[in-house]
Formats: sequence, structure tokens, C-alpha cells
Amino acid sequence: MTHDPSVGVRRRHLPTSWGGAPYLLGLPALLLFAVVVIVPLAMTVLLSFHDWGQYKGIEPVFILKNWREVLSDPYYGEMFWRTFRIALAVTVLGAVFGAPEAYILNRMKSPWRGLFLLVILGPLLISVVARTLGWALLFGGNSGLVNKALVSLGLISAPLPFMFTETGVVVALTHVLMPYMVLAVWAALQRLDPQVENAAVALGAGPFTVLRRIVLPQVMPGILSGAIIVFALAASAFATPAIIGGRRLKVASTLAYDEFLNTLNWPLGATVAVLLLVALVLIVAGASRLVERRYAQVFG
Amino acid sequence: MSFLALESLTKRFGSHPAVDGLSLAVEQGEFVSLLGPSGCGKTTTLQMIAGFVEPTSGAIRLAGRDLLAVKPARRGLGIVFQSYALFPHMTVGENVSFGLEMQGVASGERARRVAETLELVGLRALAGRFPRQLSGGQQQRVALARALVIQPQILLLDEPLSNLDAKLREEMQIELRQIQRRVGTTTILVTHDQAEAMALSDRLVVMNHGRVEQIAPPHEAYERPATAFVASFLGKTNLLDGASVRPEKIQFAGRGLAGRVRARVFQGNHWLYQVETGSGLVTVIRQNTGEPMPAEGEAVCLAWNSSPPQAKLGEVSAQQTEGS
Ligand SMILES: Nc1ncnc2c1ncn2[C@@H]1O[C@H](COP(=O)(O)OP(=O)(O)O)[C@@H](O)[C@H]1O
Ligand SMILES: [Mg+2]
Repeated sequence: MTHDPSVGVRRRHLPTSWGGAPYLLGLPALLLFAVVVIVPLAMTVLLSFHDWGQYKGIEPVFILKNWREVLSDPYYGEMFWRTFRIALAVTVLGAVFGAPEAYILNRMKSPWRGLFLLVILGPLLISVVARTLGWALLFGGNSGLVNKALVSLGLISAPLPFMFTETGVVVALTHVLMPYMVLAVWAALQRLDPQVENAAVALGAGPFTVLRRIVLPQVMPGILSGAIIVFALAASAFATPAIIGGRRLKVASTLAYDEFLNTLNWPLGATVAVLLLVALVLIVAGASRLVERRYAQVFG
Repeated sequence: MSFLALESLTKRFGSHPAVDGLSLAVEQGEFVSLLGPSGCGKTTTLQMIAGFVEPTSGAIRLAGRDLLAVKPARRGLGIVFQSYALFPHMTVGENVSFGLEMQGVASGERARRVAETLELVGLRALAGRFPRQLSGGQQQRVALARALVIQPQILLLDEPLSNLDAKLREEMQIELRQIQRRVGTTTILVTHDQAEAMALSDRLVVMNHGRVEQIAPPHEAYERPATAFVASFLGKTNLLDGASVRPEKIQFAGRGLAGRVRARVFQGNHWLYQVETGSGLVTVIRQNTGEPMPAEGEAVCLAWNSSPPQAKLGEVSAQQTEGS
């Protein structure tokens, strides 16, 4: 190997090799990001350390009162546990229904596929509030449509309480967030080589074996990334738990809202919000790392 | 009675016939290639044998029994797909093992046969890798091993080498032929590459627009093409007096068809000439023996041995129906 010193020397003087250009070009976006995300976030974090009293209002001091209260009072523990329990149930239900839905959608022929894709994704175009109010109407009390249907089908003997219960919140949230799961799984299915399924059939695999051993493992990364999205959205959802759960069944986001707007205890609301954010970031980042490590070797 | 018989096999997509009345008889252990331009129905034919496409009409018999009545999963054929279609989430070893698992082969026996087959294709050391960690040639071998390990009655190969670069393709051709000889599996190869088909096969099935143009051993199809299409598809050719004359069969001589060299190209082991004659432009290929050759613009005479009578194009020749 010969070494040409002039090459290295000349390249060092090329203006394009100056390393600062990308950062300079990224500066406007960085500034915008700082103004709309970092600053409000930092202010919220700061707020969570301030004091608050019924008559004195917010006092800009640095105390751990709010954090101590949230972390020690079992009321908040129960509420956070409920939040993540609901999110987990929504995620599991979303995967159980969304993945097969995406698979069936992918197997449909041309005109039907487009139509049903619209049916599934259409709800995204409608406000979450409108969709949730729809569910509230369907659930509405013991004579709600859902209960009537379930009773007349013989699936249940007495009407189930849906309004102001976890069941109701989970059902409505699953419906609201399902499109994200379907989209994620559908994207994974699109990448599959249909010949791979044929290859398995030719080797003697039946339809169920092909699904379980060939299709499912290949779309697993899609299901997991869909699950991460759905979980994050479910844990931080506001409108649906607010309408279906109401004041009786509180989750982290509705509690923070109440502290801000009803009790006017902003510091406490900020503490709940920050804790929700931190927990979510930890869970989502951890899950992503796990998924990536598991599949890096296989799918790169 | 032949081992695999395709009888008037036809497949229509709408009104368009992709395969039109194809009849073919393949003997046990034979290596047959379906050769033709893109879109002539080769893949469709192969997929009908595999069971992924249902024929519009016709029959397929394997060792005397009706193959169309058997489900694709029960046909026991080894297939190598053009895209290889390896299971991306399984290691090389798991890929090869899958077919044996489906047959319910015990795990000890399975491991032995997987190792044996990977040895055959020279991949024993890579059993623990995932497909995407392999080169194209290695993936190709995995696909071959996966198809061979179940000891299929027939091996179906759909353009198996078309994704490889030229040098690797030549190496794999030789290796594929050696493996097929050693294992002795009846093999049907689909390709649009006439050199590949001629290098590998015992017999060629030259197809065009869903129909068979000629079924013959490679040498015979090249020397005595049944139709003008076969003549031109299998290599360069000149139409002289209504007969196909291959460029390498024409010599520069003292007398014969008079002409003038229009262009000459040096290609290493041979010279490629275009000569203008009274019968039109004639392509001539001469070996590079080191002797001086006619230059561009020079007047020359062309001579060749008259072809045997059955190579006259336009006549229905005997070999067209051979083997069916
Ligand atoms: N599923 C299908 N639907 C409609 N037309 C098809 C389908 N598969 C193949 N064809 C048509 O049948 C003809 C033969 O295709 P194919 O067998 O794939 O050709 P080859 O493998 O020789 O390139 C082509 O004209 C192709 O467009
Ligand atoms: Mg093809």
C-alpha cells in the first residue's frame, strides 16, 4: 500500500470538511425544539418543587413536599398502578385484535383492501372526544346498547357496568388506539416476501403452522413497535378516561388536569405529570432497547 | 412410462393464456430446463407443478399418480425460489431443518441430515448464522440445501442464479450440476439465460408466448433449431437460404458468398465480424489463432457447410414432438 501524503493535506483544507456545518444547519430546528418542548418541560419540572397553599397560592421555593406526598400516599400509587394497568390491557387487546385485523386486511383483494383500510383508519380523522362520546352513548347505564346486545345474545345475564369503570375505559381506549397497532403490523406485513409462506407450505407446513412459525415471528417487531406506541398513548390518554372514567375513576392525566384546573394546586399536578412522563420514558425506552437487541441480529 | 408428465397443461389469466397446451415428459434423474424470454410462462408452469397455481386445464402426473389431486403441502417437492425465500428469523440450520420437522423426523436423525446436507453445499460452518448475515451465493446454497434435505422426488428451481454476479453464477452452475449428479434428484430449472440452460441441462424446453417451441438436448437444439425463434434465442445466427447458420460455422475462403467487411470487433479469444453480402448482413465469428485476419473494408468470400436438411426452418421437424 502506498501512501500519498498530499491527499491528506489537501483534504484537510477543503471547506466542506469543517465539522460545524451540520450543527449550524440544525440550529433553527434545535431552537424551535427548545422553545416549544424543553422550556415548558423545564418549567413544569421546576413547578413540581414549588409550594402551594389554599390561601397563599403558589410559592416559588424549592421543597420536596409534593414529591414526598405523591411517592408516599398510597392514593397516588393506586392511581399510577391503575393507569399502567389500563394501558397494558389496552396494549394486549390492541395486539390480540389489531394483528389479525392487519393480517386479514393484507390478504384482501384490491378494491376491498382499500375500502377496509379506510374503515379502520377513518376514525383517526374523527376527534377522540367525538369517538369517546359515541362509546359513552353505547355504554350509557344499564339500558345501554352494548348491554342490551350482550344480554340478548345470552353472553351475560345481568347488565355490566361500563361507565366509570376500568372495563369501559379499556374498551373505548382500545377502539381509539387500534388504528396505530393495525398500521404498525400492516407495515411489517408489507415487507414480507409472499414466497416465504409458499416455501414453508412446500416443505409440508399447514396453514396454522405457517402463521405461527413463519408469519408471526416476522411481524413480531411490528407488533412490538405498535405495542410501544399504543402503550404510551394509552398511559397518557386524557379525553377517553375523562369522559368514560369521569371523576370517579382517575388516571394520571385526569388527576393532573384536576389539580391544575379544579384544586388549582399546580405544583402537585406538575409532580404527577412529571412522574408520568419519567415512568413512560423509562418504560418505552427500556422496551425499545429490548426489542432492538432481540431483533438486531435477525432483521438488522 | 415417464416419471413426471405434464399433459396439455394450460393456464389462463383472464383470457390471456400464460401457458398454452404444454406437454412434457421427464425421466427419473433427468435435468430439464424451461428456457424462454421473460413472461413466456416458465414460472407459471413451475408453480403449477408446485401447486401454487391451479391449471385451467390439463393434467400433471408424478410416478403415475395424479399430482393435481395432492395439496401443495403434501407434494413433497423441493423448491428453490428466485428470491430464495429463506425464513429470515431462523438460522441456516433451522431453515434447513424446518422441512424435516414438518415430516416429523426425530431430532437426532434431523440434526444428522441437516449437517449432511449443509456439508453437501459447503455451508457446514455457517449453520448458526441468520440469512441476512450471508452473501447472495451463500443464501442460494441454503435455499438449495433446504430443498434437498427432504429428499424431494423433484427439485424445482426458479431462476436460482439470476441474482448472482456473472463470475459467481458460473461457479454455482458447475456446483449445481455436480450436486444434482451426486444426489440424482430429477430437476426442473427455469431460466431465461440460454447459456445457463445449455450448460446445466440434459434437455431444453424452449418456450415462447406460453407454447413449446422445441424440446431437445442442448446441442441438438443449438445445431438444429426447430424454429427461427429457437435459432435466434439460443445464440447468434444468420438466416442464409432459409436455413440457420451459426456465425462460428462460417469461414473466410477463396470462393463462396462474396462480401465486404463492414465492422470487426476483437473479443479476446475470438473476432466478431459483420460482413455485407448479397444475402444481407452476415455475422461471422472466427477463433483468434494468432493468424492475420481480414481488416475492415476488405473484400472477402464466405463459405460454410450446408446444414442438414431437418434444420430448414419452417418445416415441422421431428424433435419438436420428441419426449412428449
Ligand atoms: N397472477 C397472475 N395474474 C395475471 N397474470 C399473470 C399472473 N402470473 C403471471 N401472469 C402473466 O402470465 C405470463 C407468464 O408469466 P410467468 O410465468 O411469470 O413468466 P416467466 O416466468 O416466463 O417470466 C405473463 O404475461 C404474466 O404477466
Ligand atoms: Mg419467472
